[in-house]
Amino acid sequence: MSAHGTRGSGTTWVGRAIRRLEDPALITGKGRFTADLPAIHWVRFVRSTVAAGKLTKVHAPKGAMVITAADLKGVKKITPMLHKFNYRPVGQPALADGMVRFTGEPVAAVVAASEEEAEDIADQVELSIDETTPVTDARRALEAGAPQVHAEAPGNVILEGKVKTPDFDTVWNGAHKIVKVEARSRRQNATPMEPRGAHASYDVSTGRVTLTCTTQMPHLTRTAICDVLAFPESDLRVIAPDVGGGFGQKMSLASEYVVLVWLARKLKSSVAWTEDRRENLIAGFHSRDQHITLEGAFDRQSKLVALKADIVSNVGAYSCFPTTCGVEPLMAMAEMPGPYDVQQYACLARGVITNTCTMAPYRGVSRPVITFTLERLMDKAARAFAIDPIDIRRRNLIDKFPYKSAMGLEYDDATYKETLEMAVEAVDVPAFRARQKEARAKGRYLGIGFATFSERTGYGSPAFAARGMEITPGWETVIVSVDPSGFVEARIGSSPHGQGLRTTLAQIIADAIGTTPEMIKVVHGDTDRAPYGWGTFASRSLVISGGATLIAARKVRAKLIKIASHMLEAAPDDIVLADGSAKVAGTDRAIPIAKLAREAYTQTHRFKGEIEPGLTETGHYDPPGTFSNACHDAIVDVDAETGHVKVERFVVAEDAGLIINPMIADGQVHGGIAQGIGNALLEEIIYDDNGGILTATLADYLPPTAHEIPPIELHHIETPSPNSITKAKGLGEGGCIGAPAAVVNAINDALSPFGVEIEEIPATPQRIRAALRSAEKHSAHSRASGNPGP
Amino acid sequence: MKPAPFVRHVPKTLDEALKILADVAPQDGRVLAGGQSLVPIMAFRLAKPAHLVDINEVVGLDKVISDGTTLTIGARVRHAAFHKSVVDNPLGQLLSAVVRHIAHYPIRMRGTFCGSLAHADPASEWCLVVATLDATLVAKSTRGERLIAAKDFFAGIMSTALAEDELLAEARLPLLASDVRFGFNEFNRRAGDFAMAASLVTYRLNAGKIAEARVGLGGAESFPRRIVEAEAALNGKTPGDTVFRAAAEAAAKAIDPLEDHQTNAEYRRDLVRAVVRRALEQSA
Amino acid sequence: MDITLTINGRDHAIAVEPRRTLADAIREDCGQTGTHIGCEHGICGACTIIVDGEPIRSCLMFAVQANGKKIRTVEGLANGDKLHPMQQAFMDHHGLQCGFCTPGFLMLAIGVLEREPNISDDGLLDVLSSNLCRCTGYQNIIKAVRAAAKDMRKE
Ligand SMILES: Cc1cc2nc3c(=O)[nH]c(=O)nc-3n(C[C@H](O)[C@H](O)[C@H](O)COP(=O)(O)OP(=O)(O)OC[C@H]3O[C@@H](n4cnc5c(N)ncnc54)[C@H](O)[C@@H]3O)c2cc1C
Ligand code: FES
Ligand code: FES
Repeated sequence: MSAHGTRGSGTTWVGRAIRRLEDPALITGKGRFTADLPAIHWVRFVRSTVAAGKLTKVHAPKGAMVITAADLKGVKKITPMLHKFNYRPVGQPALADGMVRFTGEPVAAVVAASEEEAEDIADQVELSIDETTPVTDARRALEAGAPQVHAEAPGNVILEGKVKTPDFDTVWNGAHKIVKVEARSRRQNATPMEPRGAHASYDVSTGRVTLTCTTQMPHLTRTAICDVLAFPESDLRVIAPDVGGGFGQKMSLASEYVVLVWLARKLKSSVAWTEDRRENLIAGFHSRDQHITLEGAFDRQSKLVALKADIVSNVGAYSCFPTTCGVEPLMAMAEMPGPYDVQQYACLARGVITNTCTMAPYRGVSRPVITFTLERLMDKAARAFAIDPIDIRRRNLIDKFPYKSAMGLEYDDATYKETLEMAVEAVDVPAFRARQKEARAKGRYLGIGFATFSERTGYGSPAFAARGMEITPGWETVIVSVDPSGFVEARIGSSPHGQGLRTTLAQIIADAIGTTPEMIKVVHGDTDRAPYGWGTFASRSLVISGGATLIAARKVRAKLIKIASHMLEAAPDDIVLADGSAKVAGTDRAIPIAKLAREAYTQTHRFKGEIEPGLTETGHYDPPGTFSNACHDAIVDVDAETGHVKVERFVVAEDAGLIINPMIADGQVHGGIAQGIGNALLEEIIYDDNGGILTATLADYLPPTAHEIPPIELHHIETPSPNSITKAKGLGEGGCIGAPAAVVNAINDALSPFGVEIEEIPATPQRIRAALRSAEKHSAHSRASGNPGP
Repeated sequence: MKPAPFVRHVPKTLDEALKILADVAPQDGRVLAGGQSLVPIMAFRLAKPAHLVDINEVVGLDKVISDGTTLTIGARVRHAAFHKSVVDNPLGQLLSAVVRHIAHYPIRMRGTFCGSLAHADPASEWCLVVATLDATLVAKSTRGERLIAAKDFFAGIMSTALAEDELLAEARLPLLASDVRFGFNEFNRRAGDFAMAASLVTYRLNAGKIAEARVGLGGAESFPRRIVEAEAALNGKTPGDTVFRAAAEAAAKAIDPLEDHQTNAEYRRDLVRAVVRRALEQSA
Repeated sequence: MDITLTINGRDHAIAVEPRRTLADAIREDCGQTGTHIGCEHGICGACTIIVDGEPIRSCLMFAVQANGKKIRTVEGLANGDKLHPMQQAFMDHHGLQCGFCTPGFLMLAIGVLEREPNISDDGLLDVLSSNLCRCTGYQNIIKAVRAAAKDMRKE
């Protein structure tokens, strides 16, 4: 059930669940994805089969075209930069140069007439590598004497963030109880259904290259590639066509794309590379590999008074461009306190470099992990105080706004407590407890788990600047123009790939200028057509691009009114724009917008210089950022014999401000939750002791199927954000952020009779069984020695 | 992930197929049946056969025939053929209960019963079925025909008694007595994936006591087999929780567990204990 | 090898190596790029199409094996401007986001429902677990397919 009520039946376009404008092409097979383009040359990358070593030679078969680092002379390394936190810049060569640092690192590029042929040749390329001992685990990499991955990062620490509020020690020392969680999040891969890929073609007449690729940020891809290849941006056009999901994996620059552009310029032809699933799983960016030790100090009333965190983030072999590998540890540090009112905070956050695939942002970035850790802490504290997990949240959630966090972040109006109560009511906790008791008597272990969280969305440039990023994204630009025939085009810097932004922005514009969404085309993903922008990531597009759209559309509206007032000889205040026309209020005098648009171009002499020609306006928006919030609760059935967890039911109460299109918003939440459940239970990239990957197929790395995802119930509150001009907050990541915590808390609730704790995601059946087995042994032992069991 | 090149042969008759297989087997020639295991392996280039003998157009291999005592399943019979009961005998129900655990619908449209046996994945449901029921497997080559008992057929992980030039032409399964009870249970983490442990049990009741118990176990060792220790724990006993648990425990003890990145030996035994008991419960 | 692939009623005479998968041949040699490739090892289902009435993984079949068979892909579902009820249901219920998995899900659901129109809701859920989608959390795919199943039964 979806508690829409009046949702979806608004009279204006904003707030209505209209069908997506994106769908007709996609549903009929007419979508255009990168791999759909034909090419003259195909590339296959030869990748390192070992995790660490000195590359001494690449033996290529005779007559084959095999490009190595030696060919790429003058190509700069990809070297993103942070100017804070003791960051050590490390560069990534487009192809391994002298050293290999992870299994799957591209070493050579084979060029041939077909993918098959390129792969045949790649099979024959032999790499001479003097293997050295790799280090894949972050904690091991921190130990004295651990292998050094980059000379530039001694001790393998690539960055270190430290904070401590002034009164921390006093409050900590005076606390009544300290509760501790040792959380571990294993490594994941975002796994978009479309793997990465690129197609670069050279135009012999202009010398320009067009790179079509699976990216979430076309403009930045252009800037980055032109930087490392040292040629003007005007000679490179980057197109993000239909993109089959990204979830962050497609926002970081793939070194492979650099090679493709280099090849297109060298061959003066078209070259293509389609990543296969194995490459994607071993080398297509990983994420979430973190250890967090979190301690909470509570007073006698179970109020959290201080938090202490030690965050160790395994960032892989290189630093991702443009965010740098700071994105995980630094976000964890900044947002660890979450939705709870706690003013004393101390944190050490380290990014640790290892011989593993490079980390990149993945939906939610650090927040699924910190929420999981913090929500474990709350449940454990509730146990320590012998109070209900819901009550401890009631006592600690922020309820006065705006709120300034211990890290100095300003939280805008939100509904932490209200969504908690909504979610609690939706599941009928007392009825569940009764059912749980009955089931236990029959050897079935049901559990319920809650997760409340805040999700910072719509990050503007100040938020990124706080991290000291050399490339500080934030703002967006939108150009809205009405052409002389009355059709509207909005060119946007964001680059959506499944989020339905073409539809939601059209809804915003339709309301602003009194037309219908079908009249509006949103253009994105092409550096030749769209204004410079940052792309689509971090739940930002609807807030920031939506804001810029509204600003531009309002300017267009003002101009339309001006023209109408001229033509209708009425005061601007009396003009109403609606249903495709400008009307004089209270009369039947009206002019279609299409006619006004025509006049704006063709009858400018009439406006006597008072109105500039044309009907194109630009909006820029750079918001301070806003916080969405939600409470997730999961009901699980844990099979104590096999360790299998079935998620029976999943309830969400969420507040993402004003909702532009409820259907699309709900879809985003559904998708996030499914990924969160995958993160909680199934998905894990596993390295062996030699740094080889054991999970290089989709039979080993396990995204959930329809079977593993329960029906998801959504409940909504819409608190308009004062920090967002559309009043909307972002919600693209939230589903993913709360689900692991809710699911693992539910597992722990289910297993409470055994006295075991699971503090690791994914909570695989083997891990659950191992915990239960040790409890069984322990209880057998205590029975034998006469001690009471659990 | 494109397969390496190969030469494809498309025989129309069994004799022709055997002749070609005899010719190409020494040059890494292989049978292509449903392709649902072979093609992925070729895509990863873990196998690069030089020749494929595609048996999909060979006449006569697509039949399921019952003669009243034996069910004969030809080499081209696809998994999906068993979605509905193929014979009016408990065996028909058993096969249709098991088949829905194999992979997914579109894979079952192509994958073959005999291909599964020849491929011999330790977790293959059909391998478990033939091992539990002591089926007979018919291997044919230009050298003649060999009948191989299921217990002698499996030789290790993805390894069988078939010689390179032999085609598994058919599998012969004994029909079951009308009063046979059966139960099947398997464990996997995600729908459609290979089982991490699976058990098939059958038995009859003789004056309320278990008789002719068969406890088959798959996915737990290098190949599926009957676990005599578990059967011994059942025969002569009245079915019930204690007896089932004892049999499951016996099975968990008896195995030489496979280990991999998601399953260590202890965990595999846990799973065996669970699937055997659940299969027995289902049968009761 | 010279073969003819009959895709949505149109013959495509092409020359392919025996190793060419049907998915690649449909996309590369016949230019029908609506069928997608997400894993090439049978798990994701993005490549699902209907061959002689059977929903199958086109990455696990060689093109030469489909010579002369009737192939249906997403491009052939709509009748002119009139969408197939399954396509309409996916739009109405927001059963797609990025749209990459969508052709595979459409062909899977249609392929099974044409063979088993009265399949139960649970049976349908089993069938839908054949393919992976990373965007929708499956909620709206399930809704769409159940709704379309009703419509298809009526027709
Ligand atoms: C995603 C996915 C999930 C799967 N899940 C399961 C599962 O849960 N359970 C399960 O049992 N299977 C599963 N499978 C495998 C599937 O059942 C295969 O169909 C089966 O293992 C092999 O049958 P095939 O006809 O496709 O054989 P092929 O793939 O054609 O051949 C497999 C091997 O057997 C040889 N071979 C085939 N037929 C013969 C013959 N008649 N004589 C001699 N040699 C022969 C081939 O040369 C090859 O080496 C899955 C497959 C996929 C892609
Ligand atoms: S591409 Fe065929 S199943 Fe994934
Ligand atoms: S809609 Fe994107 S994978 Fe399904």
